Amino acid sequence: MDARKTAVERKSDRELVVTRTFNAPARLVFEAWSRPELFRQWWVPKSMGMSLLSCEMDVRTGGKYRLVFAGTPDPVAFFGTYREVVPNSRIVWTNEESGEGSVTTVTLEEKGGKTLLVMTELYPSKEALDAAGTGAADAMVETFAQLDELLASLGAHGETGRSS
Amino acid sequence: MVQYGKSHFDASFAALSDVTRRGVLEQLGRADASITDLADKFRMTLTGMKKHVGILEQAGLVTTEKVGRVRTCRLGACRLEEEAAWIERYHQLWAARFDELDRVVEELKRKEKADGRKKNRR
Repeated sequence: MDARKTAVERKSDRELVVTRTFNAPARLVFEAWSRPELFRQWWVPKSMGMSLLSCEMDVRTGGKYRLVFAGTPDPVAFFGTYREVVPNSRIVWTNEESGEGSVTTVTLEEKGGKTLLVMTELYPSKEALDAAGTGAADAMVETFAQLDELLASLGAHGETGRSS
Repeated sequence: MVQYGKSHFDASFAALSDVTRRGVLEQLGRADASITDLADKFRMTLTGMKKHVGILEQAGLVTTEKVGRVRTCRLGACRLEEEAAWIERYHQLWAARFDELDRVVEELKRKEKADGRKKNRR
């Protein structure tokens, strides 16, 4: 019986919900989320091949955060504002690195020493959510279609010209 | 997940920007092949082909499996436009993050117990 499983659900066109239960009181989960030296230990999982260059966060209502990841060719910054912080129960922040940013809400609900974490990411539009998912800006859609075409043609025993 | 999606896309795009690598994908679209096969076919050194395959592999376009001394390459299951695929990546990212968070929280719990809550908290 392992309740410690991460579930993802697309709740609507522009909303994603992630849930996970932790075997610890909410204040500890909040602590791991609000202290930068702890936060950076888990926000950048080694298995994902990402690396965090810097991490500044002022976790209180109106505070700002800025994370810089190593990227190719240039580092990529993610930043925003904490809209609402209620210690041990709720953190809401904006993601401002792209024009149409999403708003992320994390709630912690403690029950019998365990904590249910619910994270909701609300995008301004379906398009914004899709763009975040594919990582493709609007300008990339065409390129993307080409890529898809190429992949499809490869699947159909490659008729896209000669090899070599 | 934004940055993950982006870098994933960049990797795919970079992988496809090379004519040899596109050729390799075409070839693998017909049949799986070993790195040696591919090197022969494209008249290049084993080291050179390994590099190309490595880039395709990183982009998720090709997977390889080593059996004995032969590394076989096949097309990866990468379907960039499918929502299922990106939800899956999203899920992977958060599952990985929350597993690490679990570890951090367990560590805090252990410390707290060890300290016997002697100190004032925060």
